[in-house]
Amino acid sequence: MLRYIAKRLAGMIPLFIGITLISFVVIHLAPGDPAQFIASMNPKLSETAYQKFVKMYELDKPVLERYINWLGKFARFDFGESFSQDGKTVMEKIKERLPVTIWLNVAGMVLIFLFALPLGVLSAYYKDSLFDKGVTVFVFAGFAMPTFWLALLCMYYFGVVKGWFPISGLRSFNYDYLSTFGKIADIAKHTFMPVVISVFGGLAGISRFARNSMLDVLKEEYVTAARARGLNESRVVFTHALKNALLPVVTIIGLSVPGLIGGSVIFESIFSIPGMGQLFYQSVMMRDYPVVMGVLVIGAMLTLAGNLIADIAYAAVDPRIRYGSKKSN
Amino acid sequence: MKKIVFLLLAVLCVSFLSGCEDKNKEGGKTAEKRKAEGVTGDALVISTLGDASGLIYNITSDSASHEVSQYIYNGLVKFDKNLNIIGDLAESWEISDDSKTITFKLKKNVKWHDGEPFTADDVEFTYKFMIDNSTPTSYDADFRLVTGFQVIDPYTVRISYAEPFAPALLSWSMAVIPKHLLEGKEAAKSSLMRSPVGTGMYRFKEWKSGESITLEANEDYFDGRPNLDRLIFRIIPDLNTTFMELLNGSVDIMGLTPTQWVKQTDTALFTNSYDKYTYLAPSYAYIGYNMKNPLFEDKRIRQALTYATPKQEIIDGILFGEGVPAHGPYKPGTLWYNDNVKKYEYSPEKAKQLLAEAGWADSDGDGILDKDGKQFSFTLMTNQGNSVRTKIAETVQQNWSKIGIKVEIRVLEWASFINEYIDKGKFDAVVMGWNIVQDPDPYDVWHSSKCGPKMLNFICYSNPEVDQLIDDGRHTMNPQERKKYYDRFQEILAEDQPYTFLYVPNALVALSKRFREVDPAPAGITYNLEEWYVPAGEQKYRFEK
Repeated sequence: MLRYIAKRLAGMIPLFIGITLISFVVIHLAPGDPAQFIASMNPKLSETAYQKFVKMYELDKPVLERYINWLGKFARFDFGESFSQDGKTVMEKIKERLPVTIWLNVAGMVLIFLFALPLGVLSAYYKDSLFDKGVTVFVFAGFAMPTFWLALLCMYYFGVVKGWFPISGLRSFNYDYLSTFGKIADIAKHTFMPVVISVFGGLAGISRFARNSMLDVLKEEYVTAARARGLNESRVVFTHALKNALLPVVTIIGLSVPGLIGGSVIFESIFSIPGMGQLFYQSVMMRDYPVVMGVLVIGAMLTLAGNLIADIAYAAVDPRIRYGSKKSN
Repeated sequence: MKKIVFLLLAVLCVSFLSGCEDKNKEGGKTAEKRKAEGVTGDALVISTLGDASGLIYNITSDSASHEVSQYIYNGLVKFDKNLNIIGDLAESWEISDDSKTITFKLKKNVKWHDGEPFTADDVEFTYKFMIDNSTPTSYDADFRLVTGFQVIDPYTVRISYAEPFAPALLSWSMAVIPKHLLEGKEAAKSSLMRSPVGTGMYRFKEWKSGESITLEANEDYFDGRPNLDRLIFRIIPDLNTTFMELLNGSVDIMGLTPTQWVKQTDTALFTNSYDKYTYLAPSYAYIGYNMKNPLFEDKRIRQALTYATPKQEIIDGILFGEGVPAHGPYKPGTLWYNDNVKKYEYSPEKAKQLLAEAGWADSDGDGILDKDGKQFSFTLMTNQGNSVRTKIAETVQQNWSKIGIKVEIRVLEWASFINEYIDKGKFDAVVMGWNIVQDPDPYDVWHSSKCGPKMLNFICYSNPEVDQLIDDGRHTMNPQERKKYYDRFQEILAEDQPYTFLYVPNALVALSKRFREVDPAPAGITYNLEEWYVPAGEQKYRFEK
């Protein structure tokens, strides 16, 4: 097992270099550069000042040389400094944004699994019933509805008309003066609408997945055998069928790890949430290469790690899978 | 899609609100003067679309940073409500007889927010800072023309130029920054970027990244403490959300879109709490023709295109009537605007006639004009993300097709639009806009020497008489004298039509009714923010000192 992990980790290094090289080249292929954004349509900028920005951002060097410099810095865990005028490092910028995004995504994901799994399992069990069809319509309505549209309607009704929830943002003005309990309540109130809306949109995927997986399992012979042995229905379903049906879900959890740091630009803009989605979008629009690379690298590392964890977890939960041991022959 | 959302919301508004009683108070806008008691307090909550990148005015260039930091710093001069230049940190100034030297006398009772006195050394430092090659500023151009900077005494500075430079005085409205905190430090990394120290009427209080920036009244402001205790800038990246927050009362002032202005603000919920203000915005939209393209060489062609452009229809249809037709690069109602120029009322007949004179006729009967076997067709480009410009392009495409001109529209992402097409001169015609800056010097946009990559005369307009007028205007300090050059400049521009000037839009501002002493003027609405106040009974926010 350890040898297997070591081998996989070693294999990731060229993969990682490949990913970053391609990303680096592609973002530099996009027309425009950061100096030009400052210079364009600004008569108050002298020609010397433009050259100064070009030098500052090292835009006069070839892309490959810049990539190698970047890689060298990265090997020392230095993501560099953002090109934007605030002079922050990439790490600082990501650190500022990450907790919010992770909090929203984790809350969303936990709720999605909490609701979608039972919905899927029950839909499978009561296949083609009114319940099954109702759930199908419900989850697909959530999937198909543009979130920003739903968000605006909810903001108007629950925020402006009813006044139950704050419309946007993360905290109230008086947040700093609240008691600890008040602070928690304040954040919960602010997160309620965004999380519920994102959960509504995310139910379809997981619940469909669980439903199909459960349907397959319910057709298996060991389920028939369990029933034949006269076990009561809840034991058949929850102990024998469900356990096996949820195996593939482990993969899904592994694969959704990188998604935890990603945010949707539209969603974050509508709710004024300063998260990773906005950071990434703005950096791309301003051609802030170091920040773009920083976010991409973290995403790439989490994807690779997520895959590895999923594979390992698989071996742990599924007795049919063993890595790196040839004892069986 | 956006439209549908708002139609729906408008329907919702009506049905939800019809139940509400009309609790309209008697119109509160009495002109009661600032009273000593109970008049300070409360806060103004402003929304910005993006977070500020930093709060040192001179080295940031995004609008959010400037919007916040304009209240933290002062320049030597500023504008009054009618856009006259008046002293800010400068008590007075003198311009030498040869117009090459300005001597500023500085105010003596000014203190930085940390208590240090403000002196001429700070002004000198600011000047050196602006021209230093290690300063990442994008506003250095005017300061590089200075040939001599002299500190005569702690409250007098003398600045000289090689030749008279009309925009010089106004260039000293640049924020003055504190020498004692920035000397020898790398400004972009200085802590002042996050917690600035200025001389302005508000001082920095708090910055929650990506959420809000709070400023508080400067008790020791040399011009008297502003009435409102705080300014709170909330970062709300989406205009629809901002509008919801406005309806909810959690934002006090907002620039509305024409749709919001016309269709969504006539509800009781809105009119009970907000006043709407409108005034001409300092910008204009235009269609620019590439003067290096033989197609547009003949001025009759450009005149014809302007004749065939329905300016009023564009204003009515796209801006819901919130704007006025533009005929030149200056804002109507300002000193520099010349109304006495050739105007092109919508007339497809005149357009056709001019095109015929220029030799264009539909000889093969396909509905498109041709000349020497070539069709009159070209591409009209604009940038992505500005739906107004796209709609303008569509409107003129349709109108120009009526006079036999075939137009294709291309909408491009901003960076590639500028980099690949504008800077390289690879375009036929573009729909774009300019801000109308306060100083009237048109040098950068209209002088023939400014035709080239990364320069603003990208259509390469070149007229020797205009060049001469611009040069003369630039070297004339007396506004009335200067105006003569620019009046003639506008006449020539109207005749040449290198641009089809489209319109000057209205600024559409909604502001909470609780603020008094609000008085829109040519300078906008927030120019007298220090005088705004909220009567004691209506104050919404309270702060502990």
